[in-house]
Amino acid sequence: MKVLKLMFKNAFRHKLRTSLTIVGIAIAVIAFSLLRTVVTVYNAGVDASSADRLITRHAVSFIFPLPYSYKDKIQQIDGVELATPLNWFQGVYIDKDQFFARLAVDPETVFKVYPEFILSKEELDNFKKERNSCVIGIDIAKQYNLKIGDIMTIDGDIYPGRWDFVVRGIYKPKDKTIDGTQMFFQYDYLNERLEAESPMRANEIGWFAIKIKDPNRSAEISAKVDKLFKNSSAETKTETERAFQQGFLSAVSAIITALNYLSFIIIGIILLVLANTMIMAARERTREYAVMKTLGFSAKHLVGLIMGESLVISVLGGGLGLLLSFPVVDGFGQAIPKGMFPIFYIEPITIILAVTAALSIGVISSIFPLIKALSTKIVDGFRFVG
Amino acid sequence: MAAIIKVKDINKSYQRDNFEVPVLNNISLDVEEGEFLALMGPSGSGKTTLLNLIAGIDKPDKGSILVADTDIAKLSESELAKWRSHNVGFVFQFYNLIPVLTAFENVELPLLLTNLSKKERREHVVAALTLVGLEDRMSHYPKQLSGGQEQRVAIARAIVTDPVIIVADEPTGDLDKKSADDILLLLERLNSEYKKTIVMVTHDPNAASKAHVQRHLDKGDLV
Ligand SMILES: Nc1ncnc2c1ncn2[C@@H]1O[C@H](COP(=O)(O)OP(=O)(O)OP(=O)(O)O)[C@@H](O)[C@H]1O
Ligand SMILES: [Mg+2]
Repeated sequence: MKVLKLMFKNAFRHKLRTSLTIVGIAIAVIAFSLLRTVVTVYNAGVDASSADRLITRHAVSFIFPLPYSYKDKIQQIDGVELATPLNWFQGVYIDKDQFFARLAVDPETVFKVYPEFILSKEELDNFKKERNSCVIGIDIAKQYNLKIGDIMTIDGDIYPGRWDFVVRGIYKPKDKTIDGTQMFFQYDYLNERLEAESPMRANEIGWFAIKIKDPNRSAEISAKVDKLFKNSSAETKTETERAFQQGFLSAVSAIITALNYLSFIIIGIILLVLANTMIMAARERTREYAVMKTLGFSAKHLVGLIMGESLVISVLGGGLGLLLSFPVVDGFGQAIPKGMFPIFYIEPITIILAVTAALSIGVISSIFPLIKALSTKIVDGFRFVG
Repeated sequence: MAAIIKVKDINKSYQRDNFEVPVLNNISLDVEEGEFLALMGPSGSGKTTLLNLIAGIDKPDKGSILVADTDIAKLSESELAKWRSHNVGFVFQFYNLIPVLTAFENVELPLLLTNLSKKERREHVVAALTLVGLEDRMSHYPKQLSGGQEQRVAIARAIVTDPVIIVADEPTGDLDKKSADDILLLLERLNSEYKKTIVMVTHDPNAASKAHVQRHLDKGDLV
């Protein structure tokens, strides 16, 4: 029999109360992990966006197109390494719930500007050769069980009609933070049909991504680009990809900030739940602590006994919660439309935070009952009537 | 015979709300080694307070308390805790066993503070429980025992460290006549066979009659 054993026995003296506390902590930890995952995944998206890449779009709004011909003019600007046009295509693949980015691109330049999408030389060459070929992310390939040579049929909405693409390449994201759920096809394939069917819309693209030589010159180069098209029929707005990403998601960003705070409020709630349990437990044991002190047990022993009990509960609750967080976060990742958060997984930092939180809560919750137990004189402990 | 407990001119008062309540007034008391002393007196006369002072779980405002030549009134809290674990065995009216521990574990509790090995602890615990006649109840929890049995476990816990003195605060106060007699018989045996010095607080004249000496407290004065 050790003091340790008494600690465990104490922790489970009120089985229902302790179980409820453990479940409460577990639920809170799951909520914490889920919220933190949303926050970190969002931030990872922003962080992954490059600082040495600029985005040039229509000055009025993202939804207005720019002339394709701007490409060569931008390319001339000093400091610009490479400009590549991109155009949002959308369309319906299988059904409306299958959400992932589908973009018309320039096969010659796109993978040079986006080196984080890794494609073999052979597949890139094939992509360039065939007019209606496309490249998809590995996650899309897995999800829809697509292989090289397969046909993807997309029902156009922004660009009406039936569009058939042959998969000629499957790219791999450079690391976990990079989106593996995009689809790229040749802009020329789109443009040819537009020239034939609706010439008004031909030779226009959504935006340019510009790779610059020196990230420190981003402001200067952005200004140069916009100056170039000043007073034209389509004025531009250029900013770093990161600023673009943040601006594009600024509404989301407010919610993310709220979620961030909320995740820490949850920690506060667990603290109260456990502290309450510990205070009740220690109060009921006032006499027992007096007995132990009478027998010669010291403050050190009581600290071990009370803090230990609190830690047993918080670690069990935290561990259970963390364990369940993985399937829950996974399930949540499945439930949200693919592409909204292309990368959804529990980051190591979330695990570290949850564990640290559980441990600190265990310690903090025991402080008040500890002070009480240590400062109660033996004679008062014996006179205590619960 | 020499006095093992020498209480000299002690005063004790408690603070209640904003005024002092005097409890013990200049009490002096000697207890001989091997004595069995009964402290009697009306409720609120200060019996428990005096016993707690002798046992070192409270401190007098003034005066000295020598137990086996140590002035315990001068010891610090942690010195006192250590002193208690070596010198005093406690028996309370309401047994005060730890409910989540078995009879064996309750008796073993004070031995956890010693350097004894697990095997030695076991021998001591078994001996103590055998002495109180509960060798067949070792793995029972307090709630599986009768009041008299619980008190016997408490006595086993009090003697397992082989203390110099045993203090008992109304050890039969919560028991029926039969169980009370068993407990008193046990205390008498500890006194006569094992030569333990016992200070027992009691209301019960029958219990007091088992002691060698009876002292009466009245409103904080020994009479
Ligand atoms: N820790 C304390 N704080 C405040 N007052 C106390 C404390 N302990 C005892 N008293 C007061 O001191 C007086 C004596 O108490 P004590 O417990 O010593 O009496 P007692 O003789 O043991 O009585 P009883 O026979 O009822 O047990 C009482 O008036 C009691 O209210
Ligand atoms: Mg009393």
